[in-house]
Amino acid sequence: MYLKKLALAGAVSLMGTSAFAACAYENDVPLKSLSAGFEAWKAVTDAMAECGNFQAELDQEFRTKQPAAFEANPSLYQIGGVSNGTITPLLNAGTIRPLDDLVAKYGQNLAPNQLIKVDGKIMAVAMMVNTQHLMYREDIFNDLGIETPTTWDEVFAAAETIKEAGVVDHAIGATMKSGWNLAQEFVNMYPGFGGEFFNDDNTTAVNSDAGVKALETMAKTLDYTDPEVLVSDSTYVQQQFQQGKIAMSNLWASRGGAMDDEAESSVVGKVKMAAAPIAMDGGAPATTLWWDGIVIAANITDEEADAAFRLAMEGLDEEMVKANNEAAIWLIPGYEPGPLAKGAIDTATASPAPPAYPSTTQMGLLHTALGNELPAFLTGERDAAATLVAVEEAYTTSAKEAGVLE
Amino acid sequence: MKFKTFVWFVGPSLFMMLLFIAAPLISVFIQSFQITQPVMQQIEVETCTPGFLTQTCTTEVKTVPIIDEETGKTQTTTAWVGFQSYKNVLQMDKVWAAVGSGNFSDILQIDFWKALRFTLMFTLVTLPLVVGVGLMIALAVNNAAKSLRGPVIFISLLPFIITPVIGSLSIYWLFVGDGILTATLERWTGQDIAMFAQAWTIELLMYFYRVWHVAPFAFVIFYAGLQTVNMDTLESAIIDGASRFERLRYVIIPHLMPLIIFIALIHLMDCYRVFDEIIGFRSQAHVISLQWLTFDFLTPDDAGNRAISRAAASAMLTMIGIVFLLILPLRRTWRDHKGGAH
Repeated sequence: MYLKKLALAGAVSLMGTSAFAACAYENDVPLKSLSAGFEAWKAVTDAMAECGNFQAELDQEFRTKQPAAFEANPSLYQIGGVSNGTITPLLNAGTIRPLDDLVAKYGQNLAPNQLIKVDGKIMAVAMMVNTQHLMYREDIFNDLGIETPTTWDEVFAAAETIKEAGVVDHAIGATMKSGWNLAQEFVNMYPGFGGEFFNDDNTTAVNSDAGVKALETMAKTLDYTDPEVLVSDSTYVQQQFQQGKIAMSNLWASRGGAMDDEAESSVVGKVKMAAAPIAMDGGAPATTLWWDGIVIAANITDEEADAAFRLAMEGLDEEMVKANNEAAIWLIPGYEPGPLAKGAIDTATASPAPPAYPSTTQMGLLHTALGNELPAFLTGERDAAATLVAVEEAYTTSAKEAGVLE
Repeated sequence: MKFKTFVWFVGPSLFMMLLFIAAPLISVFIQSFQITQPVMQQIEVETCTPGFLTQTCTTEVKTVPIIDEETGKTQTTTAWVGFQSYKNVLQMDKVWAAVGSGNFSDILQIDFWKALRFTLMFTLVTLPLVVGVGLMIALAVNNAAKSLRGPVIFISLLPFIITPVIGSLSIYWLFVGDGILTATLERWTGQDIAMFAQAWTIELLMYFYRVWHVAPFAFVIFYAGLQTVNMDTLESAIIDGASRFERLRYVIIPHLMPLIIFIALIHLMDCYRVFDEIIGFRSQAHVISLQWLTFDFLTPDDAGNRAISRAAASAMLTMIGIVFLLILPLRRTWRDHKGGAH
């Protein structure tokens, strides 16, 4: 009897908590999603889960799992979370479906700039933008009388002042963990010096003046960073900020919210955002623009796709944004940019604007080549020119293997 | 034993070995001589991506794979390329150029040779240490009072039962940034210490971690061996006036020799596949190993590309390396085995 009561109580409380009230309808098709694991995705998938019958997988390793999972027939996930970097293999393999019909049916509330169109067809719906921009400790800058840096030269001047004052362990934090993160730092800096990544024949153009300048700027950063910077990723830099060990960093906008998280951060309210510094006169901020959004698998039935898209729209609605305003730089109507969004918005609306990270097969190959070859330059084993030659050779080898070069 | 009974005993494990070891090996061997690539086409594509308030549309020529209308999968071609993938991994032309110009350090700029240098050194430096430390613990336990032996054995076995990845991660966390141990050392010496900022300190930690982790295995084997040392020989050695060291040198070690060879064999095989330390210590910028290189080739990038042929070639080269390393101790075992049969 007791057990029965307990079970009943449990069932009632479950109904009470999930209470489909927050969702406009009840979802009856079992659906699954695979996406990255940062705060914004948690907010969106939680909102989707309110409609029931939905299971979200938040995994930072999603980029290695997604292509194979979507290629399965039927696809292992109906909904995918992608960025402009990770949508490439899905587009190439044709494992995500055009969304024009579904947008017409359920997408009345979408803003036009949310629709990611490839060849005229809507292939993804963006929900937020992300970029690496300058975050700095306003209190330290005010104490030492430093203006907010807008160029990398000013960044180094500010870093020198901070280093001399000795108020923090390291003046600059950098996401230079060898591999993807380090390569991304170059991908940010290089266009800032006006560099192009590829020639028309798909060979790489990084072995250039702009390449050398980008590398030299990165090497100069090392004077002011933690000596262990080649193992530091975004989370590590975020923690250095939170623990008051660094004074500034060119860090992901999606990490901004964590600075004011009272449970983790000892610098609540002290970290301010500014546009990514420019690398040369008249250049764009030395960074790349990213978007994150959802895609729907191709290898599922139309009914499932219909239900999946409807559910995704429920997750990307105004209500969710209002409840999680600070979790990201949302593109969704209803978003009110707070002080944390200032840096990202200033960066994205700068003129000239920084480029979007290119979604191409070649870029993936070049990114890997950069990630593997740059450490030798930063540890001092190889000079800038030799490093760029090595990057070019590594890219050429893998591009030939991948079939993009003859 | 009847042949039929023998087959029934050995059959299942033979089948498993063929299925899970021989077959994949043959497949990797074949793949190392092939390159499979998608058929690419160049098309003009208009892509629209969001800025913050506006949308940017760009038209550009993109190289994309052709998708087969019938199957819905990308079209691929597979070609035999001979030793091309091996050449791409080994980069012998650069090696000879470096030898020719006398800049031997240039060789270590090439991933494969950089990895081989570390892998070999890691294997050969830790081997004597593991044998030595294992033997020392075994002797110490053997001479400890009976009541202490149980707890001492238990404690010395602990490092061995920790999952390798977890073990290396713990060492990383103890030492990285202001980890507990680095902070303590800094307070003690008054200097700023960064263990993960240069290659040699990382390597030192790796050697330390591997010896700490594997020595208990050597200890268990040696301890078992010590129980079978002939007491009569030992006692006569004592009567002959042999010192403690001489007894060790002339009685105990010769007795344990087959076990030492056994430990060496296992250790060489395990160490040549060093991988957990690289991942756990995030040492890719400074130190890489052959297994990590294969793993890196296999890891897809954001665009989904993976260098499967080069991974296969690198895996075959790793296997060849292990065979070379094992030839010496195996020959000795074989000689002993034949000698024993006579």
